[in-house]
Amino acid sequence: MIPAAFDYVRAGSAAEAIDLIGQYGDEAKFLAGGHSLVPAMKLRLAQPTVLVDIGRVADLSYIREDGDQIAIGALTRHMDVENSPVLAEHVPLLAHAAGHVGDPQVRHRGTIGGSLAHADPASDLPATTLALGATYVAQGPNGTREIAAADFYHGYFTSALAPDEMLTEIRVPKMGGAGWSFQKFNRRAQDWAIVGVAAWQRGSECGVGLVNMASTPVLASSVASAVAGGASAADAAEAAAAEADPQADLNASVDYRVHLAKVLTRRALEASAG
Amino acid sequence: MTMTDDTTGVLGQRMLRREDPALLTGEAKYTADLPIPGALHLAVLRSPYARARIVSVDTSAAASMPGVTAVFSGADLAEAWAGPMPCAWPVTDDMKSPTHYPLAVGQANYVGDGVACVLATSASAARDALDAIDVEYEPLEAVIDLEDALSDRVVIHDEIGTNRSYTWDLKIEESEGDVDRAFADAAYSVKERYIQQRLIPAAMEPRAVAAIPQPFGGDMTLYSSTQVPHILKVMTALTLGIPEHQLRVVAPAVGGGFGSKLNVYAEELLCAALAQRTGSPVRWAETRSEGNQATIHGRGQIQDIELAADADGRLTAVRVRLIGDMGAYLQLVTPGVPLLGAFLYAGVYELPKTYDFSCTSVFTNMTPTDAYRGAGRPEATYAIERAMDSLAAEVGVDPLELRRRNFIPTASYPYEAMTGLVYDSGDHDKAATLAAEMIDYAGVRARQETQNVPGATKRLGIGVSTYFEMCGLAPSRVLASLNYGAGGWEAATVRVLPTNKIQVVTGTAPHGQGHETAWSMIVAEKMGVSPDDVDVLHSDTAIAPLGLDTYGSRSLSVGGVAIAMACDKVVDKAKQIAAHQLEANPDDLEFSGGEFRVAGSPDRAMPLAAVAFEAFTAHNLPDGLEPNLEAHTTYDPPNFSWPFGTHMCLVEVDTETGEVEVLRYVAVDDCGNQVNPLIVDGQVHGGVIQGLAQALYEEAVYDADGNLQTSTLAEYLVPAASDVPSIETGHTITPSPTNQLGVKGIGEAGTIASTPAVINAIVDALSGLGVRDVPMPASPNTVWRAINEAQGGQQ
Repeated sequence: MIPAAFDYVRAGSAAEAIDLIGQYGDEAKFLAGGHSLVPAMKLRLAQPTVLVDIGRVADLSYIREDGDQIAIGALTRHMDVENSPVLAEHVPLLAHAAGHVGDPQVRHRGTIGGSLAHADPASDLPATTLALGATYVAQGPNGTREIAAADFYHGYFTSALAPDEMLTEIRVPKMGGAGWSFQKFNRRAQDWAIVGVAAWQRGSECGVGLVNMASTPVLASSVASAVAGGASAADAAEAAAAEADPQADLNASVDYRVHLAKVLTRRALEASAG
Repeated sequence: MTMTDDTTGVLGQRMLRREDPALLTGEAKYTADLPIPGALHLAVLRSPYARARIVSVDTSAAASMPGVTAVFSGADLAEAWAGPMPCAWPVTDDMKSPTHYPLAVGQANYVGDGVACVLATSASAARDALDAIDVEYEPLEAVIDLEDALSDRVVIHDEIGTNRSYTWDLKIEESEGDVDRAFADAAYSVKERYIQQRLIPAAMEPRAVAAIPQPFGGDMTLYSSTQVPHILKVMTALTLGIPEHQLRVVAPAVGGGFGSKLNVYAEELLCAALAQRTGSPVRWAETRSEGNQATIHGRGQIQDIELAADADGRLTAVRVRLIGDMGAYLQLVTPGVPLLGAFLYAGVYELPKTYDFSCTSVFTNMTPTDAYRGAGRPEATYAIERAMDSLAAEVGVDPLELRRRNFIPTASYPYEAMTGLVYDSGDHDKAATLAAEMIDYAGVRARQETQNVPGATKRLGIGVSTYFEMCGLAPSRVLASLNYGAGGWEAATVRVLPTNKIQVVTGTAPHGQGHETAWSMIVAEKMGVSPDDVDVLHSDTAIAPLGLDTYGSRSLSVGGVAIAMACDKVVDKAKQIAAHQLEANPDDLEFSGGEFRVAGSPDRAMPLAAVAFEAFTAHNLPDGLEPNLEAHTTYDPPNFSWPFGTHMCLVEVDTETGEVEVLRYVAVDDCGNQVNPLIVDGQVHGGVIQGLAQALYEEAVYDADGNLQTSTLAEYLVPAASDVPSIETGHTITPSPTNQLGVKGIGEAGTIASTPAVINAIVDALSGLGVRDVPMPASPNTVWRAINEAQGGQQ
């Protein structure tokens, strides 16, 4: 398949990338791993006139401890998130979820920042970082700002990022030994989740994120409230779809999605309970 | 000939395929890999509407774009064709077939129907120019539902005045009314409706074409990713009006077909016609989403099947009514597909002459359908094997026991079926027994007692499928009786070179099957040489001018047998030369291990290598004998080949999510003698997965307006390795008595047997919840809905 014609420029640093995107304007796009953008371009669903390749901005690929958080560079590949000893110790839910993104080829090219900035509600990592209470760091022409994951997602493929802003870092609180579970339900291993649930629990505290249950990733606050109020996993899971607004597609009707969200949330709560 | 018992022989060895190193290293050259200097690139503009009048096509803007050399609408090329696109199987004398050209003229009839095309100096320039072609469409109502099509509420093609292409009947009774009486007298009967969803063949290599005009005189070489180079040559010559002897067709490495490349496509004709018109090479390579729209689809039937049985559950009559979905036009063998299954709706069971089959095929505004792995036979096997499970439930016996009661007895072979066809050999009980042992059928039934208790959310199910496949297409006279437009023979030439290397020229056209390996093994066995000394030439009509190509599990049982017969002719001639040299009577010579020996005189011998050199120098040949060792055979098989077997599938269904996990899959297939069991296993593995994919994953989905919803591989769910079970293969060996190798086809058997085995297993798992059927594909959502409906929405 052949995309529409476009220009290609490569940035050596985040600052240069932001300069370039400012220079080319609205029709320019950042290219990181390219595993969401390029397929859309090949189908001509996306037709950017310029690609600003940030794939070789080496100083944005890292995973390091920073107090009670883990800081992850936006260009860190899924495979590196999956296999990080730091994440395995402090945020195992995220490492595990990263291992469910696409297939090994995708995980070797795709980046965590690219996945989050793409804002696809069917992707695994937006809902997972949402459940974990992550904060995203964005850099623009006027410096950096932090955006809570809960404030980041505005709708299908749209986020709080301004066109000339670039996601540079993801900051995830350490899980502090919380129990966790990632329930991804799909028909083929490589596919997006039909419904996914990322959950952690520590005592009566918990976080539950839903994949593919609305036009944005969903924080299932009602489930967390129910758990905090002492509800059983089964009872709390009944509230799984309270914040959701799922759509039908070839794989699932709306009522089936709601049902799956409840079943998978119950399983996730059971699996993550101390 | 007992090849599989002879462990010292070549036949029956699990030899690695000689084709694979080039394929695995990426060195194999597919059509799109061929370097063709100066080639123009073709791109096709496709209708976004399922049915629309083409009001106007303005190509001027596209024609002025950089790199573009020409732009054509369908109307611009209307005079380029000597005839419309071919359908070679007019199944009835009154069959209706709308005129079909490579680019639509006047009206587009499916999403993907070609409307205009561009030639440009690069593929990207051609693709970009498509966006600049301005087509004014007047959208018309599309017909998607088969029964709606049958009603003629909206007639798709004005020129034929109906959506009905044909009705084809096969009614077999001793006296009129026998079928009705059998149903009236039946102790048990079942009536079921099954939907064979549309499938997209999705061969690994998308289609690709390159047409290269040769210098002077009008000769043309057409490269294509096709499984039928010989048929393509004849049909291209007829459709374009190119004298056939000026056309050479080559199929380079071809990455799978499954029937989708058993066709003559618009792009092949466009490349050839435009190469002829421009004098430049013209090439085209399909994108995956183009392939999903504009390469043929498979299946697409509504099946109504009724079984009548006596008090013991023995079949007393079978009645079948089909509606076949032809899609928008008839492609090469589109209308014949249901006929290939028409004889098989009684499966492997004894049935008196009480059989009533009728198929009505209709046009719809969707991609044309055609042969897809199994072609008609998977559909038939699915219907009878699903209905046998329903009958077993009705009678109250185990599904395997019901099948045993109905099996054609082994002693009856060769068995003349009620249709008049003679099944060559079979032993169904043996295959079923082996499969039951392998999967521990009795043990599974016991486990179900403890696992499938009320309230259980993980339910165990086992599915059985026993099958017969009518393949090895085919005796030419039988094809004639079905109105098929060609024969079923195959050609072979065997040529011993002066240094005792052997060239085999075959009319088969491998595209993944491993013919080079298998044919070399046959020749090695027959001629007493190493397989490494045998070269197999194929898929180029200049090298292998005669042939009928590869489809319908025909290559070994027709083409391979032709090679064995040609070897016999070469040995006969060599024997005359050896006898002359050894001063012996040819009748006294024995040939084995590559050496001629005089019977009773072990010291008087001559190796084939020496005979080959004598034949080449021709210094001292018997009077009147021509030089060289070469023989040609064209073999028309006296019968189909009839592989059979039993497949069993063990599943666990999660009733909370509807997810089906295949725990085990056992395939026992009997394809007679096996030339290379490794290749047999590979065919079974791939076939089973393809059939399992129909059961669980794949469906070409259209919306009500005729838009294909599964236009990429993100929506059309071809399972990957991680999504499918390990296949446990077992074999029984019942040689075919109709050919000297004792072989039967195996390319389609896995696909034919597996789909009903999987669905039977799912329904078995859920039978305790009141589920009687689950539509295909049995996605989690579909299974969950079936449980809900059976439970009255209480789930």
